[in-house]
Order: sequence, then structure tokens, then C-alpha cells
Amino acid sequence: MSAALLETRALCKRFGGLIATDDVSLEVMRGECHALIGPNGAGKTTLISQLSGTLRPDGGSVHFAGRDVTHLNAHQRAMLGFARSYQITSILNEFTVVENVGIALQAVSGSSFRFWRPVAAETALEDEAMAILRQVGLEALAARQARGLSHGEHRQLEIALALATKPQLMLLDEPMAGMGPEQSENMVELITGLKGRYTILLVEHDMDAVFRLADRISVLVAGRVITTGLPDEIRGNAAVKSAYLGEETTN
Amino acid sequence: MTWILFLEQCLNGLQFGLMLFLLVAGLTLIFGIMDVINLAHGSLYMIGAYLVATLTQATGSFLVAVPLGLAATAVIGMIIEVLVLRGLYKRDHLSQVLATFALILIANETTRAIWGLQALTLNVPEALSGSVQLLPGLHYSAFRLAIIAVGLMVAAVLYFVVVRTRIGMLVRAGASNRQMATAMGTNIKWLFTAVFGAGAALCALAGAMLSPLLVVQVGMGESILILAFVTVVIGGIGSMRGAFIGALLVGIVDTFGRAFIPPLLRTILPPALADAAGPSLAAISIYLLMVVVLFWKPQGLFPAGG
Amino acid sequence: MAWLKRHGWLVAACLVGLALPKLFTMIGQEFYISVASRVLIWALLATSLNLLVGTGGMVSMGHAAFFGFGAYVVGIVALDAPQWSAAPVVLPLAMAATGLLAFAIGSVCLRTRGVYFIMITLAFAQMLFYIFISLKGYGGDDGLQLAKRSPLGALKMADDTVFYYFVLAILAVCLVVLARLRDSRFGRVLRGIKDNEARMESLGYATFRFKLTAFVIAGTLAGLAGALMANQNGFVSPNMLHWDISGTVLVMVILGGLGSLWGGLAGAVVFMVLEEVLTAFTPHWQIILGLILLGVVFFAPKGIAGLFAGKTR
Repeated sequence: MSAALLETRALCKRFGGLIATDDVSLEVMRGECHALIGPNGAGKTTLISQLSGTLRPDGGSVHFAGRDVTHLNAHQRAMLGFARSYQITSILNEFTVVENVGIALQAVSGSSFRFWRPVAAETALEDEAMAILRQVGLEALAARQARGLSHGEHRQLEIALALATKPQLMLLDEPMAGMGPEQSENMVELITGLKGRYTILLVEHDMDAVFRLADRISVLVAGRVITTGLPDEIRGNAAVKSAYLGEETTN
Repeated sequence: MTWILFLEQCLNGLQFGLMLFLLVAGLTLIFGIMDVINLAHGSLYMIGAYLVATLTQATGSFLVAVPLGLAATAVIGMIIEVLVLRGLYKRDHLSQVLATFALILIANETTRAIWGLQALTLNVPEALSGSVQLLPGLHYSAFRLAIIAVGLMVAAVLYFVVVRTRIGMLVRAGASNRQMATAMGTNIKWLFTAVFGAGAALCALAGAMLSPLLVVQVGMGESILILAFVTVVIGGIGSMRGAFIGALLVGIVDTFGRAFIPPLLRTILPPALADAAGPSLAAISIYLLMVVVLFWKPQGLFPAGG
Repeated sequence: MAWLKRHGWLVAACLVGLALPKLFTMIGQEFYISVASRVLIWALLATSLNLLVGTGGMVSMGHAAFFGFGAYVVGIVALDAPQWSAAPVVLPLAMAATGLLAFAIGSVCLRTRGVYFIMITLAFAQMLFYIFISLKGYGGDDGLQLAKRSPLGALKMADDTVFYYFVLAILAVCLVVLARLRDSRFGRVLRGIKDNEARMESLGYATFRFKLTAFVIAGTLAGLAGALMANQNGFVSPNMLHWDISGTVLVMVILGGLGSLWGGLAGAVVFMVLEEVLTAFTPHWQIILGLILLGVVFFAPKGIAGLFAGKTR
């Protein structure tokens, strides 16, 4: 219990008559890469939103490092060490790539209620932003406007933003969404490099990536976690297979 | 404060609220389905009032003038929708505010150009100029009763159309899920035009019914528009039920506020203070109501889409 | 020399601004000096709104509330506490009082978004309008006369030229402050919130606090503009809180350039010139203004500053 960085207890969310999250009790251990898989419409993004604080659950609780954070909103959880990347790219379109990361860094480097000094003068911030861009492979595009990036580059920027806030927990929502094989490979390598240093909850459809990256896997179907276990256990699990009948998987 | 006075004010509040509902119904649907903020909604109310007043003078008959005025305003509304509003659906709110503000400028000045600066006065139609005895001691204007009757009838028709017909279902679905509405393609464009036209007709009806009671002048649209906005905030965007209950609430609170707050204050405060504070409090009672509702229910009392 | 090339427009604007009273006197149109003062005050008001709308993305239709409130502070002090009427006292007082008002109103309004926010700011301004109209003790409908302009040491504030330079100096200081603000950490966060508020929240920014701060700054500067206008006209009226003013300032912002530092000034000048020119053509100039505005919204949404994009920042 004490090794669990993130824990949910009986989390519930309904939208009118639709039960999106059904009594979900999940544990993510410190330092592990925990994958969350499930067919489309299983409620994975809804669950991530409740973990990041963007969505309030109707019942149950969320705990971080032993502390009940259910009533904290998104920015408060970010300050505690949550970071999130979005399934549908959500970046700052009007800023350059390096500015995007700089803004993320700014959030954790002192107060932003400073009104006089030009932020461009803070070379330390910019250097650190460049370092992060190097880490995700975007340093060549630093001065490009974020809006003008390709889809794959957007996904990389999502990871960069998540890294910049120096989190303890990273909630990655389909980082490989819409990526071709080569880009997916790069993303897998990137995330492999993050394992151990960060605790990761990874939502993904790309089964190849999931089995390579995950320490443990939870399967979400119709809002319920039907099973949690080691990759080999999940691979052979009949209930999981039947839940995916008709779903596209890569293997 | 007698029971007669109280009942009278109840009726006044009901009458005002029902007319307000006519404006708000169109407004809230436009907000709800199309996510467009339309500042010129009050201008349609003004145009309706002016047209009906002028047609009544021209034809000598209020009853003939009203349907003509309504039809004309509906057409004007639909023209505005096609020419201006259609270009705004995908734009940001600031562009919508500016463009519809421009429409107000054009509408007001055009009205001034055509009708001059003098306010129009319209007499209550002969047939309804008397009063009706509702209870011993309670005489109420026949015309105001007619307004209440018309208001209730229109509310009933709207309820039927929105809740029980297919078109109404499309409109309500659109109000609670805009993506679904826009995904339905080109047919939706003409549905929007029709809804806008209907909204314009409702505004014109309110303008027509109220014109013998209020002053018909440029600027009348804006003062009622803000009341309509406050009602939408209180009632909730996109919901007919919210529009109806919100409008009645606003109508009654405003009427009661103006009638009863000044005398009430005079009984509990020294006269100088009461005379200073009374009219202010009366005028802002509905805004205070809005603030209270906002704190309790930030999405309004009955927002569409839950 | 390179500095001059980059900031050429700035230098030219400053020179014109400084020389304007002399120019008007030379052509025998001294009356225009007070017109110019008014334009500068509108420029301050528009610039303050531009911070809110252009930089912060918060479309407020209630900015007139702060403009009028600042003006009334000056009027009420002149009436009830004339010992505080000196400019160095009453102007900061107007700013502080308006700032508090902006804090109160902003705390309520900023809980809402989008269409709601627009309507609620409008409603609050209208509420204040009705309050001031009903204050018979302070002129009610008719407004308040100001016996004289707020004195500033030995300066002859009654002299339109002197007052013009006073307003010019204040505007210049405010523009410098706002320029620094835009490029500061705070300014960047504000622009980020306009871009993608949800993302900024998940990065750890308490976006409500930033928006409220911007709202208070904008309101405070609007109050200053109102106080200056009261001085300029010698008169305070509830019409200063009317939403006509809120709309007009918004029009200036879009004409001049949303989000740009000079947008407020450019917009105020363009609007005044337009008004002068159009009024000469027809008494129904507002129709043409409306059509021009529609044209701008549909075809030139970036306003004047958009045409100069790249030349100035």
C-alpha cells in the first residue's frame, strides 16, 4: 500500500444514464510503468481525466502518495507532481515549441506573478527547455510555431510538456495515437528512457508497445477493470481476448 | 399593502414575465444550438414594435397590424441570419459581439432615419381599453389580461412544438449537443434560419403587445435585451423550461422590487436613506437575483444538456 | 541607427504627440487640443480593455462600469471631501477604489466562461448604471458638475494645453508599464491562458488568479481613464457607465488591433477620425460605422495593427 504512488478506490462516474467509470479501484506502484488497455469506448480517457483532476468523479476517491486528492483540481494536482499528456493534442498553438516548454517550466520555477522583467531574459529557462526538447528529439524545431508541427511532432511536444513540470506521476493518454511504425518506435524508446525515473500510467492501443513497456497491465472494459496483472498473464487471459474480439490489435 | 395591490402586482409580474419569455425563448435557443451571442435580438423587438405601431396607424386596426408586423419582422430576421449570422457560427465570441453590435448601430440609426427622433405612441386597442373586474375590488386592465392570455397561449404552443414534434426534438437535441446538430449537415442551416425567424417573430410579438404600454423609441431594444440576458443566465442556456421559469421569476422579482422595496424601506429606514436607497435597490433587484443564482448554480437553474 | 529604424514609428508617434498642441494653435484650431486629450483618454481606456480581451481572451462587455466609477470617485470627492481633490490624491484614490470594484465583480464574473461571461459583465455594468442614475444626491440622471480640475501643484490644470500634456504623460507611463507586463512572466501566462486554458491548468497554473489579476489591472486603468475624463469634461454622468461605452471601446480595440500594445491608441484615433469624417457626410453616420465594423469583423479581423504586423511588435 505504501509503495502505491497513485491509488483509486471505487471510482465512479456517470453521464446521465451512461456509466463511464464503474467502481474502479486501481493501484500504480512507485516507479512502475502501468498500462491501461481496453476497447474503444471503455472509458479510458474519462478515467485519466478524473485522475488528473479535470473531471470530478461522482463517487469514490483518488489518492496520491497516501494523500486524498479527490477534491483537488487540475492545477493543484499538477503542483503535487501530476503531469498529463492528452490523447487529442492540447498544446499552446500560438507559441513556439521552445516557448511551450518554457511556459511549462515556468510553472515550476518560481512565481509567475512577476510583471516587470521580460521573460525572454531568463536564459536559464530557455536552456532547460532546449534540454528537454533534445530529450524528446524536437530541438531542431524549437523556433517553429507549435501550430505548424506535424502530428507526430505534436505528440512529441505533448511528452515534452509532461516532462517539463518535473512530475512524479505521468499520465500518458495514447501518446502513439495516429503515429506510423517508425515514429511509434521512437516514442517507445523515449518512454523506455523514462521508466524508473517516473511513475507512468500509460493508456495505449498499440499492443506491441504496451507489452514492451508495461510492468503491469490493467484492462478496462465498459468502465470496469476486469483484470490486472503481469504482461504474460494478460496476454493469455481469455476474458481479455474476448473483450478485444473485433478490435484491431497489432502483434 | 393590501391583498388587492399584491394580486395586482402578481398579475403585472406575470404579464411582464410572459412577454420577456417571448424574447428569451428565441435567444436561449440561439445560444444553445448555435452558440452565437446575438446582441441585436433586442433590435428585432424594437423593429416589431415600430412596424406594428406604424401599421396600426396605417390600417386603423391593431388586429390586422400584428400578423403583418410579425411576418415582416420574421423576414427581416431571416435575412439578417443569412447575411450576417451564418458567417459568425464558426467565429469566436468577440467577433459575434462586434458584428451584432454593428447590427444594433445600423438598426437604431435606420429606425431614427425612417421614423425620426420622436417616440411613437400607440393607444390600447378600443376593444380592450376597459378594465375587467376579477375579484370584488380588483379591476385589471383588459389589455394586460389579453397580454397574459397571448403569452400563455404562445408558451403552450412552444411547449408543444419543442417537446412533442420532430422539429422540436431536433432543436432540443441541437441545444444540448451542438456537435450532433452540426454533424447533421446542410439541412441544419435552414433549420437555424427557421429558428431565427421564429425567434424574430416572437420578439416582434412581445414588442407589439407591449407597445401600447411602453414608449416605442430607439433604444427600447437594448434595455430589454439586458433583462433577457439576465433571464438566460438565471434560467440556463438552451432550455425552454429555464427560459419560462427564469422569465417569470425575473418578471415577478422586478415588478415586486419596484412596487414594494421603496415602501418597505421607508418603514424600516430613516426617510432620507430610504429615499436614496429605495429606487436603486428596486432597479437592481433582478441583478442581485442573478448573482445569487450564479453562486448557487453557475450554469443557471435548468441548463440544457444537464 | 538600427534602433531608430526598428522603433521609427514609436519615435514619430512621440514627436507628433508632443507637438500636437503647437500644431493646432498654429492653424488656429485650439479647440482640437481638448479633443486630442479626449482621444488620449479613450486610448487609455481601450488599451486597458485590450489587456483583458486581446491579451487575456476575456471578452468583457462591462468595461464602462470601471470607467464611470473612476469618474464618479472624482466627482463625489470634489463634492463631499474637497480636501482630497488634489490630483496626486484623488487619482490614486479613484484607481484604488475601481480596483477593489474590479476585484469584487471579477471574482463573480470569472467563475463563468464564454457567452455567460459576456452577459454577466454586461449585467454588472448595467446594474451600476442603474445605481448611479438613482443616486439623487449625486446628480442622478443629470450627473455631477465638477467645479474645477483636480489641482496638481502649481500647474494650471484649467489650461487645456497643460492638461493635454498631463494626460499624455500618464498614457505614456501606462503604455510603458503595459509593454513590460506583456513581455513578463505574467503576460506570457495570460497569453497562454487565452490560447489553451485547460492545458495551462494542467501545467499547474491557477488560471483563475491570473485572470482575476488581469481583470483588476484592466479595471484600475479604466478607472484612471474615467477620472481623467471627469477632469477633462468637468462633468460626470451615469451615461459613462452605459453599455454604449463598453461597446464603443470594444470597437476601438478591434479597429486598432486586438492584443497589440498600440491597438488601443490606434483604435481610438481611427474611431475619432471616422466619427469626424462620417458626421460630415450624414447625420446617420452610425449606419456607415456599423457597415464598416461588419467589414472589419468579416474581412480584416486583425484591425490596423494587423496591417502593420511585422513592423512593430
